Order: sequence, then structure tokens, then C-alpha cells
Amino acid sequence: MESLTLTDVEQKYYSDLFVYCDTDNTKKVASNGKVLDLFRAAQLPSDVVLQITELCGATRLGHFGRSQFYIALKLIAVAQSGLPLRVESLNSVKDLPLPRFVVAKNEQEARHTAMYPDLENQGPYQGVIPRPPARGQVKKVSPDTTSPVVSPHHSPPTSPHAWRKHKRQASGGNVERPPVVVAGAVWTPFRESQSGPVVAGDGMWSAHSPPPVQESWVSLKDTYPPSSSKLPPMHLSPVQENSSIRTVASVATANEIQRQSSSGYDDPWKITDEQRQYYINQFKTIQPDLNGFIPGSAAKEFFTKSKLPILELSHIWELSDFDKDGALTLDEFCAAFHLVVARKNGYDLPEKLPESLMPKLIDLDDSAEVPDQAPDVGYSGSPVEVTPNKSPMPSLNQTWPDLNQGNEDTAIVHPVPIRMTPSKIHMQEMELKRTGSGKMASPYDKSLCCLGCRSNSGTSPEGLKVVAAPPPPPPRPNASHSRSSSLDMNRNFAAHPTGPQQSGVVACPPAIPPRPLPTQTSGPHSGHRSDEGLAAHSTTSPQQIPEQPNFADFSQFQAFAASDQPNDDGEKHPESLPAKGSIMAPPPKPVRRRLKSEDELQDEALPPKSNVIATVLATLPSIPRSVGKDKKAIQASIRRNKETNTVLARLNSELQQQLKDLLEERISLEVQLEQLRPFSHL
Amino acid sequence: MAVCIAVIAKENYPLYIRSVPIQNELKFHYTVHTSLDVVEEKISAVGKAMADQRELYLGLLYPTEDYKVYGYVTNSKVKFVIVVDSSNTSLRDNEIRSMFRKLHNSFTDVMCNPFYNPGDTIQSKAFDSMVTAMMVQAS
Repeated sequence: MESLTLTDVEQKYYSDLFVYCDTDNTKKVASNGKVLDLFRAAQLPSDVVLQITELCGATRLGHFGRSQFYIALKLIAVAQSGLPLRVESLNSVKDLPLPRFVVAKNEQEARHTAMYPDLENQGPYQGVIPRPPARGQVKKVSPDTTSPVVSPHHSPPTSPHAWRKHKRQASGGNVERPPVVVAGAVWTPFRESQSGPVVAGDGMWSAHSPPPVQESWVSLKDTYPPSSSKLPPMHLSPVQENSSIRTVASVATANEIQRQSSSGYDDPWKITDEQRQYYINQFKTIQPDLNGFIPGSAAKEFFTKSKLPILELSHIWELSDFDKDGALTLDEFCAAFHLVVARKNGYDLPEKLPESLMPKLIDLDDSAEVPDQAPDVGYSGSPVEVTPNKSPMPSLNQTWPDLNQGNEDTAIVHPVPIRMTPSKIHMQEMELKRTGSGKMASPYDKSLCCLGCRSNSGTSPEGLKVVAAPPPPPPRPNASHSRSSSLDMNRNFAAHPTGPQQSGVVACPPAIPPRPLPTQTSGPHSGHRSDEGLAAHSTTSPQQIPEQPNFADFSQFQAFAASDQPNDDGEKHPESLPAKGSIMAPPPKPVRRRLKSEDELQDEALPPKSNVIATVLATLPSIPRSVGKDKKAIQASIRRNKETNTVLARLNSELQQQLKDLLEERISLEVQLEQLRPFSHL
Repeated sequence: MAVCIAVIAKENYPLYIRSVPIQNELKFHYTVHTSLDVVEEKISAVGKAMADQRELYLGLLYPTEDYKVYGYVTNSKVKFVIVVDSSNTSLRDNEIRSMFRKLHNSFTDVMCNPFYNPGDTIQSKAFDSMVTAMMVQAS
């Protein structure tokens, strides 16, 4: 055997390679298969390889002992550097670069690769030398055979770009990769997983995908990293990088690489096609409809199988449930799954959801927050949709301007649909409504009630910049109905009470308007105390009054006129009125009370008149309700009010006249009585 | 800017309590505990009116010479208590309300997490960060 002198670096490197090939762990002999693989990876023509094996004496021995192996490696280096293969060259060639080996990468390896970059300080060699992990490391790692998840506990690996990118130095993105290099970890799983000939040309996932479904997360793990671990601790010189990459047979890796070569620095959290497909399949097992949701409980069971601690699962959930609805869409599920897988492989969970994992959201637009993982945002050709930047913490600290603007643009007054999930805007709206209804209730001025109501409703949404449901659109008063029959009014009125109830989240003004009525009616009432009992008069006058939303009164008048019964005014009044709704109930009460006192004083004809008047006046406060929406409505209602005023004034004067007449009558009657009675008190 | 924020479960044990001056924490624990009495009193004061009519924000529970304690109850009887420094007079009622609203929303998010068992202490980082944002920056 030729003597061989190796530099320290070479020595270490070769010993590592030897260990790598020493799958039987004999420490003496490298297994042929591995060695041959290795040699093939050296990218040398096969006859050269043959020659090398012959030269190093393996063919003689039939196996690769350590020294043979070392010689072979040296010869490979020689061959790679273009020198003729000679035994003498073994020792004579100085400054021989280390032999270089290319292996088919799969993307998994790429993810896990961490060999080279930190090793710039390794030596004079221009090619980045994969720092041969110390033996000790390997040994330390090797006993840990249970879970391949021994990879360095640092940020996720970059994809094959690391292969290319590591020019001379550590790739910037993978700074955290400590010198405790994956190599050691990689070897272990590699050693364990004899699964499949993961030789160049084997698509990573495709070989193992879909891993045995659902249940065993462990099995998933087993297959997941081993495909990555295919990477032997080799390195590429920058010069040869591109060419070697291109020689990789695996289509998928080539795609991957090309994708990365085009996109520059890659997002380590990106989900590849194969992974996504796998996730989608898993999603289907839980929820066949891809557009549907996975409820929280099902997701919990599923992810609990991964045997991650609950705290981490909880954190993963927080990151991935983007809309905080307690259920996972397909995108959210993929993100969660991806995070779990990454966590299982030892990568720390990010604080915020990485961009590439964010689910697509269409209508929400937020200020962007760049995730700490990927410095570059512009990916081209990424299969995973990169969404518009969203703050990873979507809960309330966001404003959703689109939602607001969309509502404000439509100047239509309508109840605003409320999101069922809690949101800042939602809460604001709720608050608004709570305060808004309070505001509207308070200033209830007789003259300004309509305007005041409107202005309040106008200001509150504007002031707060959030569309609160404006007061429910009041029923439109139809001027055409001013002389209409009671049927219309009945129907209108029947429609009316349901109106305010339907229209709103706010239980606002419908109940409120009657409140000022007692004050209102008390005023006019003092004026109109006299009802001369001119039933005909009374029936016509209210009808002259422009129709008010409170049609109850008219129908009551009609009924009253039809019956022409002043008698049971007292009964009729409470009967008819309550029938018209609770709104009218409060106002008539004071009227009724006064009526009763009046009954004692005056003719029976009078009270009905006062009833009429009361009910007419009771219609007034409904005016504010009628004033809903815009200036025209206000003006129309102003006009109506004016008309009402004039009508009432006329009514007033007429009633005054009647009062005078009645008083005269009364006096004359009393005189007569007096004359007739003088004998009674004798 | 609160000095201490606490979330108390229906059964009156704390789900989350965080105070800013880390020393003296015990004092705040005690304060929060005593404020529970006032909370109970306010809840029961509504009487036969059901929870819909009872407002969630309870307002100032009681002031001491050093600080003021505000309370908020959810419909599931989970209580939020905020202790603010009395010297910080600039805090208006609306601000306290908004702080409670944020707390409530974050709490809802925590609840939505299927991995959170109601009754556990709250360990969500999102909740933590939200609370920290609301706390006084200790000099």
C-alpha cells in the first residue's frame, strides 16, 4: 500500500467521509455500495472511478479499508483537478483541493442542509469545505436514533439556494446556523433510514409521499427528514455549483432550484408543491370539502397526534388561525401543518406568521408587517400564494378601512351587517350603537325633535368614522293618503310598528317619540278643553290633517264617525288605542284622565271631541319619526307640520266658538232650571 | 396605562395576572382579590334584570389613596380587573373602556383556541403582548 500523507484537513475530511460510508459501523471497512455511490457522486467518468478503485487497492482487497478509502479519495481529488491518475501523484501533488462530490439534493436535504457555509475559516481552500463534524459529534448524535428530529435547533434551513448561495461565506440568511452542523444530524438519519435508494434522481417527496397517512406522525417524521438527509456532507465549490446543480437528475429538485435561482433569497417557510399536496390530502381526510372549515376540536385532535406540547400547539394555532374564528380553512390548515412539521424538525416557531404561510384574504387590507424570516418578499413563480401583507396578529389592533369605506360609500341608510366574529370594528360599532341610541333618546325637543333626531344620527356615524346603523328608517308618510280611507291607514299603521322593529340593531326611537306627547298634548289641551261635541266637525277636521304615521287615530276617528257614538268614548278610547299599539298607550292616559273630569262638567259630546283632539295631537310626535332621511323629507315634514298647525289653529278657533256657544247654552239652561225649581227648595 | 391587569375566572381564581412593578406584585394580588367583593356586589345589584341589561363595564370599583380599581364582567362571569395609578389623572373613562374592550377581544381569541382549556391559566403570547402594551412602561 502506498503511503499516504494527508494534511490535517484532508485527514479530517476523509475520516468523515469514511465514517459516512461506514454504514456497518465497522470503523474499518467502508461498505462498497456507499463508496461506489460516493464515487459516482464525484462526477467522474466511470472508467476513472474504476481506475481509482483499482489503484487504491480495493479491488485487490475486495473491500475498502480505511487506507484504501483515503487513497481513493485522494485519487478522486487528483482526477477532479485534472491531473493524470498516478500512484505517485498521491503524495507528490501539493495543495490538492479536496475531492468534491455532488449528490442529488432533494428539497428536504436542502432544507436541512447546513453544511458548508459557516466554514469559511476552514482553510486555504477556496471551495467551501464542509466542516467535517467531529467524530464526537457524530457519536453523540448517533445514539439518538429515535427521532430524526435532531436537526439543529435553529431557524429553518434555506432551501437549495444554500447550495448556490454560499459563495464563500456563510449565507447571510442562515446566520444562526451554529457550527453544530447538520452534518452530524444528517448522518444519523441517513444511517437509520435505509429506506429507499435515495440516490440522485429520486424526487424527495415523490419517493416518500404520501407518507403513511394520518395516524402515525412518527412515521411521517421518519420519512420526512430522511429524504432530506440524503445529503452527504459534501460541499460544492462555487465554481462547480451551478453545473453540478444542473446535473441533478431529480426533476423536482431542479424545479426547486430553478425556482430559487430566479427568486433569489428564499423563504424558508415556503410550502412546496409536494408538501402542499400532502397537506391537502390530510385536510381532505378531516374535511372533504376543500372550501370548508375544520372545526377546532377536530384540528386539536389531529395536531395532538403530533405529540408536540400543548403550549406549542396552542401557539401554532394562534399563528395559523388567521381570522380567529376557531376553525381552519385549507390555507390555515396548511400553515398550521407546516409549522408543526417544522417544529418537529427542531425549528423554532416564529413569533409572527411568516408571509408565505399567510392565507389569502381578499377584502381585508392591512398595514404590512414584514415577517422576520424572509427578508426578501418578491418571490417569483412561487406556488404558494403570497398574500397581501397582513399583520400576523389579525385581532383587534387592526383597522379594516376597506370594510368601513365600503359601507360609507353607499350612502344608503340600512342596517349594517355585523360580523359575527369579534373584531375591533365590530366592537366599535356595538359601542356606537349603544351610545348612539342613548344620544338620540336624550334631546327630544318638541320643535326640534325631528331635526334633532336626524342630526344626531347624522353626526354619530360621521363623528366616529364608523358606520353605525342609523336610526331605523321611519315609515315614509304618504302625502297622498291625507284623505284616504281608514283601510289604507290601517294597513300603513299595521306595517308601521313592524318597521322600526325590523330595521335595526338599534332599538331606538320608535318607543321614544310618544314621550314628549304628554307635554305636547297638555299644552294644546289646555287650549282645546272645550269640545263642543260637533261630531261632524270633529270627523272632518282630523281628516284634514295631513296623514301622520300614526294612523291609528284616523281609523279611530273613522270608526268613531261611523258609529257616531259619543257615549262610549271612554271605553272606545282605551280599546281602540291599545289596539293600535303600545305607542299610543302612554299618551292617551293623561287625556283620558282629563276626559273623565270633563265628563262631569260637560256634555257627553264634548269628551269625544277632546278624544279626537287628543288623538290628533297624538299623531304629532310621530312626525319626527317620519322625518327620516334628507333635507327634502325635512322640508316636506315642515310643510306638513305647518299645515297641521294651520288646521289645528282653525280647529282651535272653531272649538273656542263652540265653547262660547255651549257656555251660553249652559247659562240659559241653568236659568231655566232655576226658574223651574224655585218651588223645590221650599 | 395600567399598573396591574388581572383576569379572573368565574370561580374567582385568577386566570391571568400581571403587574408592572414586579416587586410589590403581592400587593396587587391582594388588591385584585379584595376588589372581587365589590364586583360581586355590583353584579348582584342588578337584581332580576338579566345579563343583557347589565352593562359589562362596571366602572370604578373603588379608589384607594394610591390607585384606582376598575372592573368589567363578561356574560360568562369572567372578570377583568384593571388597577391604575391614582396619580395618572389623565386617564378618562373612555380609555378604560377601550382597554377593557381590547382585553375582552383578546380573551375571546384565547378562548377560540381549541388547545386552550377554559380554566387554564392564559399563556398565549398574543394575549401577553397585548397586555404588556397596555401596561405602564416602568422606568
